[in-house]
Amino acid sequence: MGPVDVHSPAAEHAAELARARKDIVRIATAGSVDDGKSTLIGRLLYDSKAIFEDQYEAVARASKGDHVDLALLTDGLRAEREQGITIDVAYRYFTTPRRTFVLADTPGHVQYTRNMVTGASTADLAIVLVDARRGMVEQSRRHAFLASLLRVPHLVVAVNKMDLVDWSEEVFDRIADEFDAFAAKLSVPDLTVVPISALHGDNVVRHSPNTPWYEGPTLLHHLEHVHVASDRNLTDARFPVQYVIRPQTDGHHDYRGYAGTVASGVFRVGDDVQVLPSGLTTRIAGIDGPRGPVEEAFAPMSVTLRLDDDLDVSRGDLIGKPENAPTATQDLDALVCWMAEEPLRPRQRIAVKHTTRSVRAVVKELAYRLDVNTLHRDREAPELGLNDIGRVRLRATQPLFVDDYTRNRVTGRFILVDEATNATVGAGMLTPAG
Amino acid sequence: MTTPDYRLSQLETLEAESIHVIREVAAELERPVLLFSGGKDSIVMLELARKAFAPARIPFPVLHVDTGLNFPDVLEFRDKRAAELGVELIVASVPDAMARGVVREEPNGSRNRIQTPVLLDAVEEHGFTALFGGARRDEDKARAKERVFSFRDEFGQWDPKNQRPELWDLYNGRIHLGESIRVFPLSNWTELDIWQYVLREDIAIPPLYLAEEREVVERQGMLYAVNEFVRPRDGERSFRATVRYRTVGDANLTAAVRSEATTVADVIAEIAVTRMTERGATRGDDKVSDAAMEDRKKEGYF
Repeated sequence: MGPVDVHSPAAEHAAELARARKDIVRIATAGSVDDGKSTLIGRLLYDSKAIFEDQYEAVARASKGDHVDLALLTDGLRAEREQGITIDVAYRYFTTPRRTFVLADTPGHVQYTRNMVTGASTADLAIVLVDARRGMVEQSRRHAFLASLLRVPHLVVAVNKMDLVDWSEEVFDRIADEFDAFAAKLSVPDLTVVPISALHGDNVVRHSPNTPWYEGPTLLHHLEHVHVASDRNLTDARFPVQYVIRPQTDGHHDYRGYAGTVASGVFRVGDDVQVLPSGLTTRIAGIDGPRGPVEEAFAPMSVTLRLDDDLDVSRGDLIGKPENAPTATQDLDALVCWMAEEPLRPRQRIAVKHTTRSVRAVVKELAYRLDVNTLHRDREAPELGLNDIGRVRLRATQPLFVDDYTRNRVTGRFILVDEATNATVGAGMLTPAG
Repeated sequence: MTTPDYRLSQLETLEAESIHVIREVAAELERPVLLFSGGKDSIVMLELARKAFAPARIPFPVLHVDTGLNFPDVLEFRDKRAAELGVELIVASVPDAMARGVVREEPNGSRNRIQTPVLLDAVEEHGFTALFGGARRDEDKARAKERVFSFRDEFGQWDPKNQRPELWDLYNGRIHLGESIRVFPLSNWTELDIWQYVLREDIAIPPLYLAEEREVVERQGMLYAVNEFVRPRDGERSFRATVRYRTVGDANLTAAVRSEATTVADVIAEIAVTRMTERGATRGDDKVSDAAMEDRKKEGYF
């Protein structure tokens, strides 16, 4: 690195960057094997100048054939290079003047669907890649469905390898229409379809002269402008207690604070609050943020609440508002994505982790198994196998404080853990009973 | 009255996420420890841990695996910072382990690999069940694959093909006796985020990170400061250059970069325009093979 001019203006710029309220946008990519996903990510990173010279040189050295294989930027594990596939989620970062992106590169192979769910669980936006020559295949449907199931608010279909179908507008329109029809059956609030060539970079960062008929945004332009700020729930105040802070030192003899992350909504000093499960009410005496006391806290801030009264509050309890409480229930109706070889069966015992509360539960009923291609509900299914999704009723040993996943992504979700192996075996999204 | 927009800055978002992870570990795992070397990432880690439990003390000790080849400045900083925060500092020494015959010096002079058994011994001796590390996913492609809660078997090994699915921020910290979880609260931070946070929070760092005129030798295109671990070899000539460090690993293997950055803000301005990764620019040891980091991690390295 050569010396650069770093004095005043640049230093001011640095300070400005540190204060900037840039959004962090989390993206999950999905697509079938060989749809060119790794190449697309390599292209996004390369064209947005997120690739460093030494990384690029390493990839150039490792590339076989006459062009630099950008897919090697993401397929980093030995087994992935041997087999030419992506095995596990990789997280990549890139920044543009407008936004910072966290990109979860998730595998397309069917046996790794649980990793697609892993990558999509935190995403604001999902990109499903489709090979223009093959159109929608089982995996594209599965991934679009998973994105909708996980309530990823924005879906982008990137129709790739347009160069191999002579940049045909007709092919593109057919795939877009097919996707529209499928998406209508799901809950996809926002769908965008872009024709691209990841290998050559068309419509990824720059508009392509090869698609004069396409008037929409490039992929990157869309990623930079899609409206994500409104996707949070700022209405329902929910604060799962994570950790009780009691210093018991001379300086802070009486300090008792409830630390946690605001799941949703807004809490202000002086607000009347209710603690679940006790149902006791009190007021917020103070809120301590990472830099000292603040007047209010909103999702997803990590703060410590101090209360007016000395109540018995511990990890797993939930602080909310008396007039707007979550549902306290031991009966959990949920769509479950099963992630283990050993199937999920009725009467099975299992551990549930929901916000900061861990309880044991028993599987009361498997209502149906869902065919993710046809969305058909098989009510006769005896079990859920690896990568199956189905509607399940669980009975927990203690109440959980829940909302429907459609209303609140934080209080509406849980994981299932096998108590014998300690493996994470399922992901659940709560739905209204019935 | 204007409507509040209820948005966090990029750094506030990352900070909130990291504090959530740190508290989750303290709440769920029996005996956590934070790996603290005095380097910039672990300094930020320690600061986040302080904030997570304030005004109480950090409820776990910190551990440093001392290779015996560390920059004296950094060790001094390590001791001072631990004392200021009132946390217990445990040092596991590689030279001690060599003296006891537990590990042997490798011919290439790198103590990267032999740190691993020393770390694992310390984990066993103290019964640690969770180890916080300052690793970031932007550092290396093997790290890009790792979970925030990374399950390790009783040998401390990482199996990239058999990781626990990690959904939302619901981390699974359940383990059997002897197993452990490596925890990476800084997973989603980049080098630039770390520096911007150091600036924003006015966090003290060892002076090695800032440019100063130092006596250096050039080796394989990289500049190494002359110190008790680096002496000019035959045919090498030392000279004065203004340099700083982007990472601080072992003094015999960590190279400096030419720089005029004498303040943290200057460092940020330089990093914002650099075209080299911090490891590519400064670490001889990662160039052994394309999968050097993955191979070390499988053995129990961070």
